[in-house]
Amino acid sequence: MSSEIVGPLEGSRNRQEAERRSARVLATEFLGPVTILGGIVWAIFQPYRIVFLDPVGKGLYDYLLQPPLLVIGVGLIFMLAIAPGLIEDLRSTDGTKS
Amino acid sequence: MAPRAELVHWAFAAGFLLLGLILLAEVIVGNEVFAMRPWRLYLWPSLAFGIGVLLWPVAVFFTNSTLHMLAHGSWAEVAMLAGAVQLAVVRGKLHSRWWTLSLSFSMLVSAAAFLIHEQNPWFFSRSAFLHHAIGWTLVVAAIFPLGQALQPRRAVWGAGFAMTWVVLAVMLFCDRDVAPIFGHLSRFAGGAQ
Repeated sequence: MSSEIVGPLEGSRNRQEAERRSARVLATEFLGPVTILGGIVWAIFQPYRIVFLDPVGKGLYDYLLQPPLLVIGVGLIFMLAIAPGLIEDLRSTDGTKS
Repeated sequence: MAPRAELVHWAFAAGFLLLGLILLAEVIVGNEVFAMRPWRLYLWPSLAFGIGVLLWPVAVFFTNSTLHMLAHGSWAEVAMLAGAVQLAVVRGKLHSRWWTLSLSFSMLVSAAAFLIHEQNPWFFSRSAFLHHAIGWTLVVAAIFPLGQALQPRRAVWGAGFAMTWVVLAVMLFCDRDVAPIFGHLSRFAGGAQ
């Protein structure tokens, strides 16, 4: 078997693997911001669900649980607490395999 | 001074959204990378167990009928069961992949509770509509853990399971105590007389 054929085939396989990994990194990076964006868009379309903008007759629980802010909060938790470690581990496996 | 039902539903919706994002991330990065830090494996089972624990005070303090209390109690039980079984799997106390079926069981019991305890038809109000929609979504979604047990390597089952929780979160966020559905609200549900 000629290495002239095997070499390019392995190279293309490695390239595909690297592309798949970078797509995974990108998807993991985007999960949190997309969730946050969802919350912001929701707040723009339904501002009355943000109690700070419409405080009349609202109680403590209304201030604690404002749906668009909850969505933004969940996105932030994911983005700051979970995603960085995942991306770091994805990149480290990428480094060990290449 | 109990919070309104819709507020409690939104709080749980946030929990489900986080659950969905964690599961989705696991599908995206793959089990191998996700398991590189052991604490991550405990994340979603702990969250499911925690949601089950928090459903107990809801069942006891915030329900207004026996039927509602039983429904919330059954959700609390099966959420704790699902979380506990997955914690035992992660910890290495349970080994069989068939334990994944406990998730299907939990989802079917939850679905039954949703569908049985909602006494009104689909278009009675938004809340009634969402009860039916969530119930049938859970019935259909119970196939995902079954798929995971039968074909553990296929990512589509994990992705479906993860998206189920995101969809349920969206539905719960849409819930209002009194609101129309597609412009219709029964006068018995608080609509125009």
